[in-house]
Amino acid sequence: MTLLASTAPTGALVLVTAVFLASAVEMVEALTIVLAVGVTRGWRSALEGVAVAVAVLAALVGLVGPPLVHWVPLSALRLVVGGLLLVFGLQWLRKAVLRAAGLKAKHDEDAIFAEHVAELEATPKTTGRDATAFTVAFKGVFLEGLEVIVIVITLGSTSHPSRLGLAAAAAAAAALVVGVVGLVVHRQLSGVPENAMKMGVGLMLVSFGTFWSAEGVHVTWPGSDLAVPVLVAWYGLVAWLVVTALKRRAGQPAPGLASAGGPAHG
Amino acid sequence: MADPVDDDRPTALRWLGAFGHFWWEFLIGDTPELFVGAVAVIGILALLCLHVHLRTAAACVAPVLVTLVLVASVWRAARTHVP
Repeated sequence: MTLLASTAPTGALVLVTAVFLASAVEMVEALTIVLAVGVTRGWRSALEGVAVAVAVLAALVGLVGPPLVHWVPLSALRLVVGGLLLVFGLQWLRKAVLRAAGLKAKHDEDAIFAEHVAELEATPKTTGRDATAFTVAFKGVFLEGLEVIVIVITLGSTSHPSRLGLAAAAAAAAALVVGVVGLVVHRQLSGVPENAMKMGVGLMLVSFGTFWSAEGVHVTWPGSDLAVPVLVAWYGLVAWLVVTALKRRAGQPAPGLASAGGPAHG
Repeated sequence: MADPVDDDRPTALRWLGAFGHFWWEFLIGDTPELFVGAVAVIGILALLCLHVHLRTAAACVAPVLVTLVLVASVWRAARTHVP
Protein backbone atom coordinates (compact mmCIF):
# COMPACT_ATOMS: atom_id res chain seq x y z
CA MET A 1 0.00 0.00 0.00
CA THR A 2 2.83 2.38 0.95
CA LEU A 3 4.64 1.63 -2.31
CA LEU A 4 1.45 2.15 -4.32
CA ALA A 5 0.79 5.45 -2.58
CA SER A 6 4.33 6.68 -3.15
CA THR A 7 4.37 5.76 -6.86
CA ALA A 8 0.86 7.03 -7.66
CA PRO A 9 2.02 10.57 -8.62
CA THR A 10 4.41 9.08 -11.22
CA GLY A 11 1.53 7.22 -12.88
CA ALA A 12 -0.66 10.34 -12.73
CA LEU A 13 2.07 12.46 -14.31
CA VAL A 14 2.59 10.01 -17.18
CA LEU A 15 -1.19 9.76 -17.64
CA VAL A 16 -1.67 13.54 -17.74
CA THR A 17 1.26 13.95 -20.16
CA ALA A 18 -0.04 11.20 -22.48
CA VAL A 19 -3.59 12.58 -22.56
CA PHE A 20 -2.44 16.19 -22.92
CA LEU A 21 -0.10 15.42 -25.84
CA ALA A 22 -2.60 13.15 -27.61
CA SER A 23 -5.33 15.76 -27.23
CA ALA A 24 -3.03 18.56 -28.42
CA VAL A 25 -1.97 16.63 -31.54
CA GLU A 26 -5.56 15.80 -32.48
CA MET A 27 -6.75 19.33 -31.71
CA VAL A 28 -4.06 20.83 -33.96
CA GLU A 29 -5.48 18.69 -36.79
CA ALA A 30 -9.05 19.68 -35.89
CA LEU A 31 -8.05 23.36 -35.69
CA THR A 32 -6.73 23.23 -39.27
CA ILE A 33 -10.14 22.03 -40.47
CA VAL A 34 -12.12 24.53 -38.36
CA LEU A 35 -9.95 27.45 -39.51
CA ALA A 36 -10.38 26.41 -43.15
CA VAL A 37 -14.16 26.33 -42.63
CA GLY A 38 -14.25 29.63 -40.73
CA VAL A 39 -12.11 31.50 -43.23
CA THR A 40 -13.99 30.28 -46.32
CA ARG A 41 -17.59 29.88 -45.09
CA GLY A 42 -17.89 32.19 -42.07
CA TRP A 43 -17.44 31.57 -38.37
CA ARG A 44 -20.98 31.19 -37.04
CA SER A 45 -21.81 27.78 -38.51
CA ALA A 46 -18.21 26.60 -38.06
CA LEU A 47 -18.26 27.40 -34.33
CA GLU A 48 -21.73 25.85 -33.97
CA GLY A 49 -20.32 22.64 -35.48
CA VAL A 50 -17.40 22.76 -33.02
CA ALA A 51 -19.71 23.35 -30.04
CA VAL A 52 -22.02 20.43 -30.93
CA ALA A 53 -19.04 18.10 -31.53
CA VAL A 54 -17.48 19.02 -28.17
CA ALA A 55 -20.84 18.48 -26.44
CA VAL A 56 -21.27 15.03 -28.04
CA LEU A 57 -17.69 14.03 -27.11
CA ALA A 58 -18.18 15.19 -23.51
CA ALA A 59 -21.46 13.25 -23.33
CA LEU A 60 -19.64 10.13 -24.59
CA VAL A 61 -17.08 10.39 -21.78
CA GLY A 62 -19.89 10.91 -19.26
CA LEU A 63 -21.97 8.00 -20.59
CA VAL A 64 -19.23 5.42 -21.11
CA GLY A 65 -16.59 6.29 -18.48
CA PRO A 66 -18.39 6.07 -15.11
CA PRO A 67 -20.24 2.78 -15.89
CA LEU A 68 -16.88 1.22 -16.87
CA VAL A 69 -15.33 2.36 -13.60
CA HIS A 70 -18.22 1.25 -11.38
CA TRP A 71 -19.53 -1.95 -12.96
CA VAL A 72 -16.67 -3.71 -14.75
CA PRO A 73 -14.14 -5.61 -12.56
CA LEU A 74 -10.78 -3.82 -12.58
CA SER A 75 -8.73 -6.84 -13.75
CA ALA A 76 -11.07 -7.49 -16.71
CA LEU A 77 -11.10 -3.78 -17.54
CA ARG A 78 -7.30 -3.63 -17.46
CA LEU A 79 -6.98 -6.69 -19.71
CA VAL A 80 -9.38 -5.39 -22.38
CA VAL A 81 -8.41 -1.73 -22.13
CA GLY A 82 -4.71 -2.60 -21.87
CA GLY A 83 -4.98 -4.66 -25.04
CA LEU A 84 -6.82 -1.80 -26.76
CA LEU A 85 -4.16 0.71 -25.65
CA LEU A 86 -1.39 -1.64 -26.75
CA VAL A 87 -2.79 -1.95 -30.30
CA PHE A 88 -3.59 1.75 -30.47
CA GLY A 89 -0.17 2.78 -29.09
CA LEU A 90 1.69 0.43 -31.45
CA GLN A 91 -0.15 2.06 -34.39
CA TRP A 92 0.90 5.58 -33.23
CA LEU A 93 4.47 4.53 -32.48
CA ARG A 94 4.89 2.67 -35.78
CA LYS A 95 3.74 5.73 -37.75
CA ALA A 96 5.98 8.07 -35.75
CA VAL A 97 9.01 5.79 -36.25
CA LEU A 98 8.37 5.53 -39.99
CA ARG A 99 7.97 9.34 -40.23
CA ALA A 100 11.14 9.98 -38.21
CA ALA A 101 13.03 7.57 -40.50
CA GLY A 102 11.70 9.37 -43.58
CA LEU A 103 9.70 6.34 -44.79
CA LYS A 104 6.33 8.05 -44.38
CA ALA A 105 5.32 11.61 -45.25
CA LYS A 106 4.92 13.89 -42.23
CA HIS A 107 1.62 15.60 -41.53
CA ASP A 108 1.62 18.89 -43.47
CA GLU A 109 -0.96 21.24 -41.92
CA ASP A 110 -0.32 23.91 -44.58
CA ALA A 111 -1.13 21.49 -47.42
CA ILE A 112 -4.17 20.10 -45.57
CA PHE A 113 -5.44 23.64 -44.90
CA ALA A 114 -5.07 24.61 -48.59
CA GLU A 115 -6.84 21.41 -49.65
CA HIS A 116 -9.81 22.07 -47.32
CA VAL A 117 -10.05 25.72 -48.41
CA ALA A 118 -10.13 24.71 -52.10
CA GLU A 119 -12.83 22.08 -51.46
CA LEU A 120 -14.98 24.45 -49.38
CA GLU A 121 -14.70 27.32 -51.86
CA ALA A 122 -15.91 24.99 -54.62
CA THR A 123 -19.12 24.22 -52.69
CA PRO A 124 -21.94 26.76 -53.30
CA LYS A 125 -22.94 28.87 -50.28
CA THR A 126 -26.51 28.93 -49.02
CA THR A 127 -28.40 31.66 -47.20
CA GLY A 128 -28.97 31.31 -43.44
CA ARG A 129 -27.23 28.49 -41.56
CA ASP A 130 -24.42 27.01 -43.64
CA ALA A 131 -24.94 23.23 -43.48
CA THR A 132 -21.63 22.50 -45.21
CA ALA A 133 -19.64 24.63 -42.75
CA PHE A 134 -21.47 23.09 -39.77
CA THR A 135 -21.00 19.50 -41.02
CA VAL A 136 -17.32 19.85 -41.95
CA ALA A 137 -16.44 21.56 -38.65
CA PHE A 138 -18.50 19.00 -36.67
CA LYS A 139 -16.92 16.02 -38.43
CA GLY A 140 -13.42 17.46 -38.10
CA VAL A 141 -13.67 18.00 -34.36
CA PHE A 142 -15.71 14.86 -33.65
CA LEU A 143 -13.51 12.43 -35.59
CA GLU A 144 -10.23 13.90 -34.30
CA GLY A 145 -11.71 14.06 -30.80
CA LEU A 146 -12.88 10.45 -30.87
CA GLU A 147 -9.31 9.15 -30.59
CA VAL A 148 -8.79 11.47 -27.62
CA ILE A 149 -11.99 10.20 -26.00
CA VAL A 150 -10.83 6.58 -26.36
CA ILE A 151 -7.52 7.54 -24.72
CA VAL A 152 -9.25 9.53 -21.95
CA ILE A 153 -11.70 6.72 -21.13
CA THR A 154 -9.14 3.92 -21.32
CA LEU A 155 -6.35 5.65 -19.40
CA GLY A 156 -8.72 7.32 -16.93
CA SER A 157 -10.90 4.34 -16.09
CA THR A 158 -8.15 1.73 -15.62
CA SER A 159 -6.21 3.71 -13.04
CA HIS A 160 -6.83 2.80 -9.42
CA PRO A 161 -8.26 4.96 -7.98
CA SER A 162 -10.02 6.08 -11.17
CA ARG A 163 -8.48 9.15 -12.78
CA LEU A 164 -11.21 9.71 -15.36
CA GLY A 165 -11.72 13.31 -14.21
CA LEU A 166 -7.98 14.02 -14.31
CA ALA A 167 -7.68 12.54 -17.82
CA ALA A 168 -10.70 14.53 -19.04
CA ALA A 169 -9.26 17.71 -17.52
CA ALA A 170 -5.89 17.13 -19.25
CA ALA A 171 -7.66 16.65 -22.60
CA ALA A 172 -9.80 19.75 -22.07
CA ALA A 173 -6.72 21.80 -21.10
CA ALA A 174 -4.91 20.74 -24.29
CA ALA A 175 -7.95 21.57 -26.42
CA LEU A 176 -8.19 24.96 -24.70
CA VAL A 177 -4.49 25.75 -25.18
CA VAL A 178 -4.53 24.76 -28.87
CA GLY A 179 -7.82 26.61 -29.44
CA VAL A 180 -6.63 29.82 -27.77
CA VAL A 181 -3.25 29.76 -29.56
CA GLY A 182 -5.03 29.09 -32.86
CA LEU A 183 -7.43 32.00 -32.29
CA VAL A 184 -4.62 34.36 -31.23
CA VAL A 185 -2.31 33.60 -34.16
CA HIS A 186 -5.37 33.06 -36.39
CA ARG A 187 -3.74 30.41 -38.52
CA GLN A 188 -3.18 26.68 -38.61
CA LEU A 189 -0.37 25.52 -36.32
CA SER A 190 2.02 24.12 -38.92
CA GLY A 191 5.07 24.80 -36.73
CA VAL A 192 3.95 22.38 -34.01
CA PRO A 193 6.32 19.37 -33.79
CA GLU A 194 3.49 16.90 -34.39
CA ASN A 195 5.68 13.86 -35.03
CA ALA A 196 7.62 14.29 -31.78
CA MET A 197 4.33 14.62 -29.91
CA LYS A 198 2.93 11.54 -31.65
CA MET A 199 6.12 9.65 -30.80
CA GLY A 200 5.71 10.66 -27.15
CA VAL A 201 2.05 9.63 -27.07
CA GLY A 202 2.83 6.35 -28.84
CA LEU A 203 5.55 5.55 -26.28
CA MET A 204 3.21 6.23 -23.38
CA LEU A 205 0.25 4.36 -24.83
CA VAL A 206 2.38 1.29 -25.58
CA SER A 207 3.83 1.49 -22.06
CA PHE A 208 0.42 1.76 -20.36
CA GLY A 209 -0.94 -0.90 -22.73
CA THR A 210 1.88 -3.31 -21.84
CA PHE A 211 1.52 -2.55 -18.12
CA TRP A 212 -2.24 -2.96 -17.85
CA SER A 213 -2.77 -5.83 -20.26
CA ALA A 214 -0.03 -7.73 -18.39
CA GLU A 215 -1.62 -6.86 -15.02
CA GLY A 216 -4.92 -8.10 -16.45
CA VAL A 217 -3.40 -11.58 -16.84
CA HIS A 218 -1.76 -11.36 -13.36
CA VAL A 219 1.82 -10.44 -14.29
CA THR A 220 3.63 -9.07 -11.20
CA TRP A 221 5.50 -5.85 -12.06
CA PRO A 222 8.60 -5.20 -9.93
CA GLY A 223 8.20 -1.72 -8.40
CA SER A 224 4.46 -1.64 -9.22
CA ASP A 225 3.55 1.66 -10.96
CA LEU A 226 7.25 2.60 -11.22
CA ALA A 227 7.46 0.07 -14.05
CA VAL A 228 5.54 2.51 -16.32
CA PRO A 229 8.33 5.11 -16.69
CA VAL A 230 10.84 2.26 -17.09
CA LEU A 231 8.71 0.90 -19.95
CA VAL A 232 8.52 4.40 -21.51
CA ALA A 233 12.35 4.60 -21.41
CA TRP A 234 12.72 1.09 -22.87
CA TYR A 235 10.36 1.73 -25.78
CA GLY A 236 12.00 5.14 -26.33
CA LEU A 237 15.37 3.41 -26.67
CA VAL A 238 13.89 0.82 -29.03
CA ALA A 239 12.28 3.55 -31.18
CA TRP A 240 15.57 5.47 -31.38
CA LEU A 241 17.50 2.33 -32.34
CA VAL A 242 14.96 1.39 -35.03
CA VAL A 243 14.98 4.93 -36.51
CA THR A 244 18.79 4.91 -36.49
CA ALA A 245 18.92 1.51 -38.21
CA LEU A 246 16.38 2.55 -40.85
CA LYS A 247 18.25 5.79 -41.57
CA ARG A 248 21.58 3.94 -41.85
CA ARG A 249 19.97 1.47 -44.23
CA ALA A 250 18.68 4.34 -46.37
CA GLY A 251 22.09 6.08 -46.27
CA GLN A 252 20.81 9.06 -44.24
CA PRO A 253 22.65 10.62 -41.27
CA ALA A 254 21.84 9.00 -37.92
CA PRO A 255 19.06 10.82 -36.04
CA GLY A 256 19.25 12.95 -32.94
CA LEU A 257 16.07 13.30 -30.94
CA ALA A 258 15.27 16.41 -32.99
CA SER A 259 14.82 14.47 -36.20
CA ALA A 260 11.74 12.85 -34.75
CA GLY A 261 10.57 16.19 -33.55
CA GLY A 262 10.97 18.47 -36.51
CA PRO A 263 8.08 20.63 -37.58
CA ALA A 264 5.39 18.69 -39.35
CA HIS A 265 6.27 19.75 -42.84
CA GLY A 266 5.88 17.24 -45.66
CA MET B 1 -18.66 -1.92 -48.04
CA ALA B 2 -21.88 -1.54 -49.99
CA ASP B 3 -22.43 1.68 -51.91
CA PRO B 4 -24.51 3.88 -49.56
CA VAL B 5 -26.65 5.09 -52.47
CA ASP B 6 -27.68 1.54 -53.49
CA ASP B 7 -27.77 0.25 -49.93
CA ASP B 8 -31.32 -0.98 -49.24
CA ARG B 9 -30.51 -2.73 -45.96
CA PRO B 10 -32.57 -1.75 -42.89
CA THR B 11 -31.21 1.29 -41.03
CA ALA B 12 -30.26 -0.78 -37.97
CA LEU B 13 -28.17 -3.13 -40.12
CA ARG B 14 -26.48 -0.22 -41.88
CA TRP B 15 -25.62 1.39 -38.52
CA LEU B 16 -24.32 -1.95 -37.25
CA GLY B 17 -22.21 -2.36 -40.38
CA ALA B 18 -20.84 1.17 -40.06
CA PHE B 19 -20.09 0.58 -36.35
CA GLY B 20 -18.23 -2.65 -37.15
CA HIS B 21 -16.38 -0.97 -40.01
CA PHE B 22 -15.33 1.89 -37.71
CA TRP B 23 -13.85 -0.46 -35.11
CA TRP B 24 -12.22 -2.63 -37.80
CA GLU B 25 -10.49 0.46 -39.22
CA PHE B 26 -9.71 1.76 -35.73
CA LEU B 27 -8.10 -1.44 -34.42
CA ILE B 28 -6.88 -3.29 -37.48
CA GLY B 29 -6.85 -1.05 -40.58
CA ASP B 30 -3.76 -1.65 -42.71
CA THR B 31 -1.69 -3.09 -39.85
CA PRO B 32 -3.36 -6.40 -38.92
CA GLU B 33 0.01 -7.67 -37.67
CA LEU B 34 -0.13 -5.22 -34.75
CA PHE B 35 -3.55 -6.47 -33.63
CA VAL B 36 -2.60 -10.13 -34.04
CA GLY B 37 0.76 -9.48 -32.38
CA ALA B 38 -0.78 -7.72 -29.37
CA VAL B 39 -3.32 -10.54 -28.88
CA ALA B 40 -0.50 -13.09 -29.17
CA VAL B 41 1.63 -11.23 -26.58
CA ILE B 42 -1.27 -11.15 -24.10
CA GLY B 43 -1.96 -14.85 -24.78
CA ILE B 44 1.68 -15.82 -24.13
CA LEU B 45 1.75 -13.76 -20.91
CA ALA B 46 -1.50 -15.39 -19.76
CA LEU B 47 0.01 -18.84 -20.35
CA LEU B 48 3.17 -17.88 -18.43
CA CYS B 49 1.10 -16.55 -15.54
CA LEU B 50 -0.64 -19.92 -15.12
CA HIS B 51 2.57 -20.79 -13.24
CA VAL B 52 2.57 -18.48 -10.21
CA HIS B 53 6.39 -18.50 -9.90
CA LEU B 54 6.73 -17.14 -13.47
CA ARG B 55 4.57 -14.05 -12.90
CA THR B 56 7.52 -11.76 -12.17
CA ALA B 57 9.61 -13.20 -15.02
CA ALA B 58 6.66 -12.48 -17.34
CA ALA B 59 7.13 -8.77 -16.55
CA CYS B 60 10.54 -8.93 -18.25
CA VAL B 61 9.19 -10.94 -21.18
CA ALA B 62 6.29 -8.54 -21.89
CA PRO B 63 8.27 -5.53 -23.23
CA VAL B 64 10.54 -7.84 -25.24
CA LEU B 65 7.57 -9.46 -26.97
CA VAL B 66 5.92 -6.09 -27.65
CA THR B 67 9.22 -4.81 -29.06
CA LEU B 68 9.36 -7.79 -31.43
CA VAL B 69 5.84 -6.99 -32.68
CA LEU B 70 6.73 -3.32 -33.27
CA VAL B 71 10.03 -4.07 -35.00
CA ALA B 72 8.43 -6.72 -37.22
CA SER B 73 5.69 -4.29 -38.29
CA VAL B 74 8.15 -1.45 -38.97
CA TRP B 75 10.42 -3.85 -40.85
CA ARG B 76 7.47 -5.01 -42.97
CA ALA B 77 6.65 -1.38 -43.83
CA ALA B 78 10.30 -0.57 -44.60
CA ARG B 79 10.63 -3.54 -46.93
CA THR B 80 7.59 -2.53 -48.96
CA HIS B 81 8.55 1.18 -48.98
CA VAL B 82 9.23 2.60 -52.43
CA PRO B 83 11.65 5.58 -52.27
